[in-house]
Amino acid sequence: MGLELYLDLLSQPCHAVYIFAKNGIPFELRPVDLVKGQHVSKDFSQVNSLQKVPVLKEGDFILTESAAILIYLSCKYPTADHWYPSDLQTRARIHEYLGWHADCIRGTFGVPLWTQVLAPLMGAQVPEEKVARNRAAMDQALQWLEDKFLGDKAFLAGQQPVALGYALFEGRPQLAAWRGRVEAFLGAELCQEAHGPILSILEQAAKKLLPVPPPAAHATMLRRIARIP
Amino acid sequence: MGLELYLDLLSAPCRAVYIFAKKNSIPFDFQFVDLLKGHHHSKEYIDINPLRRLPSLKDGKFILSESMAILFYLCRKYSTPSHWYPPDLHTRARVDEFMAWQHTAIQLPMSKMLWIKLLIPMITGEEVSAEKTEQILEEVKNSLKLFEEKFLQDKLFITGDKISLADLVALVDMMQPVGGNHNVFLNSSKLAEWRMRVELAIGSGLFWEAHERLVKLAEWDCSTLDPMVKERICEFLQKYK
Repeated sequence: MGLELYLDLLSQPCHAVYIFAKNGIPFELRPVDLVKGQHVSKDFSQVNSLQKVPVLKEGDFILTESAAILIYLSCKYPTADHWYPSDLQTRARIHEYLGWHADCIRGTFGVPLWTQVLAPLMGAQVPEEKVARNRAAMDQALQWLEDKFLGDKAFLAGQQPVALGYALFEGRPQLAAWRGRVEAFLGAELCQEAHGPILSILEQAAKKLLPVPPPAAHATMLRRIARIP
Repeated sequence: MGLELYLDLLSAPCRAVYIFAKKNSIPFDFQFVDLLKGHHHSKEYIDINPLRRLPSLKDGKFILSESMAILFYLCRKYSTPSHWYPPDLHTRARVDEFMAWQHTAIQLPMSKMLWIKLLIPMITGEEVSAEKTEQILEEVKNSLKLFEEKFLQDKLFITGDKISLADLVALVDMMQPVGGNHNVFLNSSKLAEWRMRVELAIGSGLFWEAHERLVKLAEWDCSTLDPMVKERICEFLQKYK
């Protein structure tokens, strides 16, 4: 059995892994539907006891965390050097971005999916104050992204923030131009494929096409909602 | 000008960098950026790191932030012993995996514990609600359980027989609540034993030297807190209500 990637394209870290692996790394896609609660199923919990995606599985070797997966793939498989350059200072910059991203982008930009789709599906309410705080945090993060990191190149490509329901790059021409370059580099088709689920989910929610997550998933989901600052 | 490290040892990521550099005899100039006095908002520091975060590294013209990146850079540049960041792809992936996970799973809740137990009551004069406190305590408990089950398991250290960057970062994070007199190692002998092994691998002298400022935090006279810094802190504390 070769390389397996357990992904749900609703999840931002999964985008990054998917987009990167599609660059010529042979893998089997194992979809894990978060809204259907498949991440808490017994089968998936045996793959990853933390019940999160993305997960890489190669024989007995199981790896979680998109940053670790991306670094592992770029070292193990023959990929272009620009993804994870061997030059020390450039490589350190990538680790710098990944560290900052873990603090400032990851949790923050994932919140709109919870406030706009998943919490309502569960019948949970998120106070307006928290939604506003999240919006402010995203604005701040985008400003920092523009001010400090925009010089960096391709490895950031898969990491671009996507936040449900917000036109993130409106009024930010530099970031919009960067996104244009990234999409041109990766190919419009691949980007559409990767972002498809997250772009269509608001519509599905509005048309009441989404299943209510199963009871087994409720506890973890409610905990996640409670952690929104 | 040689290597400069911009640090305040109150911060766990700063302690990781400090301990690593000292342990490996890497010569550096300690540039103290006093968080309690708001020096991370000073013009001098913003020039170094416009994101106003600690730690930062300056090596000639090269400036780097984020403790994970700094540790990686120091490992490679100073060719430190390979057990810190092992060359084997699978083992190194475990370190990368832990470093990514710990940001939200360990560092954040441990930092929140210090705010709740010490800094919020000290600075605002108000206690945090019992409900919120219980929530954070649960988060800490849950994270430590996951740490033991997934990352430590039955090994001596996270990667196996030797200490790595992962253990160093994990431990300095878990020490943060100690500043508020809260010891997370009390409930698990496995965790306490691991803690001792990591301290000994680092050297107790260096370990406690790095933690001195944190341990003395309760003695800080916060009436000296700059009003602008206090305002920022109060804004940030809205999340704890």
